[in-house]
Parts: sequence; C-alpha cells; structure tokens
Amino acid sequence: MTDARLLTRALSDPASTLAFDSADWTALIAMARAEQLMGSLAHRLDGLDLPEPVARICAAARVSADHARRQALWEAEMARRVLVPLGVPVVLLKGTAFVAAGLSAGVGRSIGDLDILVPRAALDAVEKALIEQGGWEWVKDDEYDDAYYRDHMHELPPLIHQDRDRMIDVHHTILPLTAGRSPDAEALLADSEELDVSDGGGGLRILSPPDIVCHAAAHLFADGDLAGGLRNLWDIDRLLRDFGEHDGFWEVLGERAERHELVKPVGRALRLTERLYETPVDGEVVGKPRTNDNRYASRLLARDGWGRETRKFLRLTFYIRSHWLRMPPTMLARHLWTKWRK
Amino acid sequence: MRHEFRVTVGPVGFRVGSDWRRPLAEMAALYDGYPEAAIPDFTVRLEAQRPWRRFIRPSVMIGGDYMLPDAAPLSLDHGLLAAEMGMNLQMALGQRRFLLLHASAVERDGKALLMTGHSGAGKSTLSALLGERGWRFMGDEFALIYPETGLLHAFPRPVSLKNEAVELFDSVDANRLGPVMRDTPKGTIRHLRPPVDAIAKMADPAKPALLLFPRFGHDPAMRDMGQAEVFVRLTQASTNYVALGETGFAALTKLVQSVPTRAIDYPDSDAAIGAVERLWGELA
Repeated sequence: MTDARLLTRALSDPASTLAFDSADWTALIAMARAEQLMGSLAHRLDGLDLPEPVARICAAARVSADHARRQALWEAEMARRVLVPLGVPVVLLKGTAFVAAGLSAGVGRSIGDLDILVPRAALDAVEKALIEQGGWEWVKDDEYDDAYYRDHMHELPPLIHQDRDRMIDVHHTILPLTAGRSPDAEALLADSEELDVSDGGGGLRILSPPDIVCHAAAHLFADGDLAGGLRNLWDIDRLLRDFGEHDGFWEVLGERAERHELVKPVGRALRLTERLYETPVDGEVVGKPRTNDNRYASRLLARDGWGRETRKFLRLTFYIRSHWLRMPPTMLARHLWTKWRK
Repeated sequence: MRHEFRVTVGPVGFRVGSDWRRPLAEMAALYDGYPEAAIPDFTVRLEAQRPWRRFIRPSVMIGGDYMLPDAAPLSLDHGLLAAEMGMNLQMALGQRRFLLLHASAVERDGKALLMTGHSGAGKSTLSALLGERGWRFMGDEFALIYPETGLLHAFPRPVSLKNEAVELFDSVDANRLGPVMRDTPKGTIRHLRPPVDAIAKMADPAKPALLLFPRFGHDPAMRDMGQAEVFVRLTQASTNYVALGETGFAALTKLVQSVPTRAIDYPDSDAAIGAVERLWGELA
C-alpha cells in the first residue's frame, strides 16, 4: 500500500529522488501539495538534476513560498505597530516566528494565520488595540463560541483583518485550558528572546529554542487530530537540526518539557521525527519506543499518490481523541449537545 | 483512482482521476489530438461524496491539488463540466509560472489579440468565432503571460459554449463537439474542440498586440481607455496577480504600457468581428 513515506524520504534524503520514475514524481507532488509541504520540498530539491516538469513545478512552489513569507512578515509588522506601544511582550509563534528568525523550518513553509503569544493579563488591552487601532474584527458573532474561547481556550476567538483578510490568533498559553497539561506560560514569556531586527522594527520576540520545540510538539501531539501532521513534524525535524548542535540543548529541552508538562508529547515528537525524517535526536526526553508510536506514524503517513486521505478509520480515532484531549467527558457531552442543537 | 486521463494544454499538464468511467471517456473524445502529460503540473479528482454515491444518485465532488472547501457537487451528467471546473480551479488557485488573466486570445502573424471583460461579455464566443475565421485560437478562458518575456502562451482548452452561443457552432464537424449539458449552474453548456492548427501550435507563444474589452448586447460603440483603468481592470481579471508580487506587477505594467487597448460594444457577432478586424488593421 502506498503512503506518504515517499514524501518523508524525499524530504530527508533528496537524493533518493534520483531513482524516481514519472509515476513516483507524480505521486510525490500530489502528496506534498496535500500535506502543505510542496514549498519545503521544492527548496530541498533545489540544485538537483530534475526532470523539466518537476523543475518548473518546484520553481513555482518557491514563488508561492516567497509570497507566503512576505505576507507573514507583513502581518507581523502590522501587529507590531499596534501592539508594541502597549509595552507588553509580543512573541511570534509557529511559521511566522520561523521566517522572522531565519530558521530552516521557515524555508519554503506555507503560513496561514499570524499566531502570537502575549501575557494573559494583557489580553484585554491587546484585543482592544487590534480592533480599535489595527482594523481587525471578530470572525464569528456567536455568543456560545465566543464564551467557549474565552473560558476554555488558550487563545482569543480568531480575529480577521477587515482589508487584508488575514487572521490573527492571540494566545496566552500554548494548550487549551482544558487539556489537562498546563504549560508554564510565564516561563515561556520570561525566556523568550528579542528578535534581532536590523531595520529598526524592533519589539517582537520569539520563544527560546527549547520552548519552540516544546510548542511544536504540544501543537502536534497534545492538541488537534494530527491534520497537517507531516508538516508540523517536518518543522520539528528542521528545528532540532538547527538547535541540536547548541551546547546543552538536549538537557535544557528535557527540563523545559518537564516544566511545561510536555514530556510525553516531546518524547513522541523526537521518536517520530527520528523515524520518519532520520533526525539526529539525543537526551533522556526521547524516552523508550512505545507501541502506540506505530499508530501515530501510520496516521501521519495516511496519504496516497492522488493526494487523498487514506486509513479513514484510523483518522477517525485520532479525530475523536482530539476532542477527548481538549475536554473532560461531561464537558464534551455538553459541547456536542450545544453544537448539535444549532 | 479507478479511472485516469492525462492531457497537456499549452504549457500545463493535467491528470484527472475519477470514480466513474464516463466523464473521462467524454474527456478523451473531446481532447482527441492533445498530447499526454508524463509528469502533470496538476491533479484533479472527481470523487463520489460517499462510497454508495458512486451508484445511487451519483454526485461528483471536485477535488485536487487545490480545492475550494465549499464547492457544491455536480450530477454525473455534468461530470465533464466537473472535470473542466477542476482544471480551472487548479489554474486559478495554483498557477505561479505565468501571470494568469481571465481573458480569451487569438493570434495572427505571430501577434496576439487579447479579449477580457466581465463574464457574459462575449469574449469566449468571440475568440471561438475568430478561431473559425482565419485566426489561431489561443484560449477562451485564461491568457498566460510569461513574466520574463512578456509573451502570451496559448492555453487552448475546448471552448465552453453557453446557452445561445451553442447554436452558433451547429455547422462544425460533429466530432469536435462534446455532449450537450443542460441545467448546469451556468445554463446549457457544450464544449467545442478548437481547430486542428490551434492544438498543433499550442506550444508557440505570441506577442500581445491588441487588448479589447468587448461587451455584447449594446449599440456599436468604441472607447479609449486610460492605462490606469486598464491596469486596475486587469488586476481584477487576474487570479494570481497579488501572489506573484513584484513579478506580477512588472509583467502587468509592461503589458498595459505596450499594448493598445479599446472597449468595444457590439449588438451581434458579425458587428463584433467587423470591429475587431478594423481595429486590428489600425492598431496591431
């Protein structure tokens, strides 16, 4: 049975594509697009002797990624202009942070929303400034959803910009409040680092390297149903290759994972990225292989050469799990009931 | 997928997969004479909404590399239309090599005439009629401008004839026509395969020489257009102008500054063809 191993291998070892025939290439491109990894793949394949159609598809994908990067940085700048005068730390997260900091994980990456982290105490001021001065507005006007976000989530209800049509997610921590694990948001902010910006647009921050990895692992394995998981795992591979050589990185990563109650997700992330992307990993936090790792790998790779989702039942179990992770059972029942009645 | 069809149109290769044989058999007949695509640029999928919907009230979901989340499914009778829409969607959302303009185009003496305007303005019908009258048909839906050269590349898909336009082509060779599809979201649709020379020369680009904004159903009239207006209307007619960034801006600016442009109103196709020939003689 074909699965996305073709894609993970091409990403970690681009030279493996030298033996590809037309059918392999066709499948690879469909998978990469479906997993939002075409831009990353195009950069990895750059410089290889590629068949002409593949070369032009990759060139186009790099154009797309350049555009995504430019747009993401512009959104960050727009938020910076509104928020920095408030005097609160503003930490960029995920894709925007990767491109702003020049990390390998940002190379060719597709970027959707702008994600930022601010102190919980500053949420009201941040929201007010974005709406009154920045031109953002609420996406949905639904009392239940709004209250749900404010009471139980790790972020404000999503805001969208009136003119630019781009979303901003304002986080005050990195997992839903109902998740059972409580990352130390104050420590995330305290250890964050000011972005080195030479053009004068200072004031934005990114998480410390171990915290970036903790967040990526939390996002992938402690929240959500693993949709887009191969891309998120590729982020982790690139981050670990960037940071892994730093002195003491792996020990600190273990300490931070413990502090944020993320030892399991971080260990799982390390084992799976080692398995799928051959990432060099180290330290105790890797943990022992668990039988469940196979299920995770199988779910992450559930994609065929037409770009279709496969392994429907396995996907469903992860979907159910994602709700379970976010909510205690009675709360889940109440939530589904309210949603169902609409 | 169960069934597969591959085709190259101009500089773009497509692979269409389907849960049903029929839409692809119709495609194969319609695209007779087009080249294959070994490594296609885009994948389109025609899928049953649920497994049993392959057989019971079959409904065709349009999927592919690039998708709209809320696209409504079509009936199997409109499966060919679904495939064409899927291909359009890939171009509109995924094309990054060319500046893509929603325009039709024909060529003569190595020079291209571009026609753009709102849907229903008649640009598609006009390009097809000109294609039967000594011009080389280059496409009725998308004009592809290559930013590095400013040249127009042909994208000569079968023409999508709508409603009244269908009977204008009753006299062409019947094997060039696809099935008549009634009650589609856009009324009655029938596809027309372009003339043989349009397919044979589809790899040859042409230099844009005249840009028209035709409008069907009005008294004959002609109007000069300022470059600013042309520029803004072309940004609206492009699906990837913004995504191409500076490259798109440079390509579009060059086009607007170098190509004479007119808006023309016309009451019927004969008047339009007359006006086109006259303007081409004066300006191109």
